[in-house]
Amino acid sequence: MSGPSTYEPKYAAAKWMDKRLPIIRMGADFMTFPSPRNLNYWYTFGGILALCLVVQILSGVILAMHYVADVDKAFASVQRIRRDVPFGWLLQSMHAVGASMFFLAVYMHMFRGLYYGSYKAPREVIWILGCAIYLVMMATAFLGYTLPWGQMSFWGATVITGFFGAVPVVGESLQEWLLGGYSVDNATLNRFFALHYLLPFVLAGLVGLHVWALHHVGQNNPIGISEKTKEDTLAFHPFYTVKDAFAIAAFLVIFAIFLFYLPDALGHADNYIEADPLKTPAHIVPEWYFLPFYAILRAVPDKLAGILLMLGAIIVLFILPWLDTHKVRSMRFRPIARWFFIFFIFFCFVLGWCGAGTPDDIAVPFGKNSGITFYRVSQIATVYYFAYFLVILPVLGLIEKPLKRPDSITKAVLGDGKHGETLAPAE
Amino acid sequence: MAFKTPKNILLGTVLVVTSISGMAFAAGGGVHGDYKMKHPDWSFKGATGTYDRAAAQRGYQVYREVCAACHSLKYVAFRHLGDKGAPFYLEDYPNPSDNPYVKNFAADWQVADIDSETGDEIERPGIPADYFPDPFPNEPAARASNGGALPPDLSSMVKARGNGADYLYNLLVSYDVPKPADVELTPGLHWNPVMEGHKIAMASPLSDDLVSYEPVEIIDHGKSKIVDAPPATVEQMASDVTQFLAWTADPKLEQRKSIGLMTIIYLLILSILLFLSYKRVWRDVKH
Repeated sequence: MSGPSTYEPKYAAAKWMDKRLPIIRMGADFMTFPSPRNLNYWYTFGGILALCLVVQILSGVILAMHYVADVDKAFASVQRIRRDVPFGWLLQSMHAVGASMFFLAVYMHMFRGLYYGSYKAPREVIWILGCAIYLVMMATAFLGYTLPWGQMSFWGATVITGFFGAVPVVGESLQEWLLGGYSVDNATLNRFFALHYLLPFVLAGLVGLHVWALHHVGQNNPIGISEKTKEDTLAFHPFYTVKDAFAIAAFLVIFAIFLFYLPDALGHADNYIEADPLKTPAHIVPEWYFLPFYAILRAVPDKLAGILLMLGAIIVLFILPWLDTHKVRSMRFRPIARWFFIFFIFFCFVLGWCGAGTPDDIAVPFGKNSGITFYRVSQIATVYYFAYFLVILPVLGLIEKPLKRPDSITKAVLGDGKHGETLAPAE
Repeated sequence: MAFKTPKNILLGTVLVVTSISGMAFAAGGGVHGDYKMKHPDWSFKGATGTYDRAAAQRGYQVYREVCAACHSLKYVAFRHLGDKGAPFYLEDYPNPSDNPYVKNFAADWQVADIDSETGDEIERPGIPADYFPDPFPNEPAARASNGGALPPDLSSMVKARGNGADYLYNLLVSYDVPKPADVELTPGLHWNPVMEGHKIAMASPLSDDLVSYEPVEIIDHGKSKIVDAPPATVEQMASDVTQFLAWTADPKLEQRKSIGLMTIIYLLILSILLFLSYKRVWRDVKH
């Protein structure tokens, strides 16, 4: 943790423990952790995400007590959970809706990091760990979506595992090895269940490292200027515990609206039909949180190229700290980058929209029966997605002139000069 | 920084709303161009909607006398009919297995079993714990009786189609829409503008007065009430069976909505208290 520990054990038992395993000290330092005083609500998603992980693990562990991983019984066992297990309907919906909420929060968290430059030195490792968390989350969500053994579960799993078959030379053997057979079947379902149970704990470990790194280098903040004096910071507790708690409660209201009133709005109706390997659904679409990547996958005619592009879209996030070379972190002071960032978000939504559409359908109509297809729109958006990371940010790093920045967080908060005298001198 | 907060909240809201509408973005469905979907005002829609008991009870009758000839309901047990929130729930019978409706309905069906004395395959009257029996012994038998098509299980049908209640209702009432001249039908298929691909193996299942409705007794605010039988028109039967199948697809709907209301009220109060705590903790802190 950054800075010397200020914890003083008061009781004999606490002193005894502190000499042997300073776990109380760790907790105390966590609570007194100096955080920038200007963090806004975008910075509450970290706490929200921690809660999401806990909700998913707790509901998931209980669901696993009732779920049967067998191709002949999986669908029926989920029906039994929804119909007969006491509050099973609640747990099952909470887990399914919770996955969507988890992704909603993680996207907010990532956009915040992108906007305020939270990936820049010295926070590269926090960012990379975050990207790893996102990758494991995606894997976990995909594996979990297979388990109810509905039509979309089965065909989604078939399509995604099919990607591995496109790998040159070893593709087919790799796919067979992953599936445990020639197609998605009982062996696949069982290994997916085992891995779906395992990965959340990997996720928890990565989150631990993510938070550790964060506490080592300190938090970024909306103006992206490092903490310089004590006045720049506030103790995590009570200032940010109460702010996070409020944000979490507000987030839970949105969660509850979906959970209780729109439990199926984010899912696909076809998943209420039991998996049938002989009947392909008319449109195989992934869950909403994968749609942008699905659009990138389908933006090129070649399967392997599509897969490489899709992987690239995630890999590019990992190397972002070295692509954006601009010295200024926060886009508040980067008048040009800011606009490109807004377009970037816009195109992420466009990609999601294209992912939900059928490539050959008209997305933007011009007159009758003509216009731009989803295929073309997704190509434009894909080009922008990659250009943002590989061209725009590196070039702006060289040429963009930042706006004038305040000298410190305190000055940004209290105004320049007016209150300067009243401040305690820097340490 | 305070002035930034409303802006950020606004921005956040815009993002959330766009994401959500993006997520809820559903493909338009496969309804034939000339057919206009009817959207009945379902009692179970909305934040406080509940099932129409009388309609769902009549819907059970339609399922029993019409649909059940071909369609299974394999995830629903007779005892479910008497659960809280179910069409035949009675307050005096908290255990649905004691519910007289449930017992009578169960006994009305023949359930396959094994004689425990001789080991022979037998059929016996159902008991509340039994699940609705499959009309066919296996899939090939079901296909053989239906010109090669497999009648789908109806337990979750209303959830298994986009906007399922409207879909089911419109499917059932749109058989009389005339077939466009350019559409060719192979024998065994029927024109239906609502069905995906507009061709359906199921012949029109409903016709006026196909079932004879009796008045049904429901419990309304703790009082027994007799609901007169409406004329058994195709629309009425379609609407009733949709009510019943909406319940089989989502039997916990009423429980879900009432718990949801309490949860959201609780969370809103909690949010307000936490917001006030936040304001108080931060009262002397410029940020």
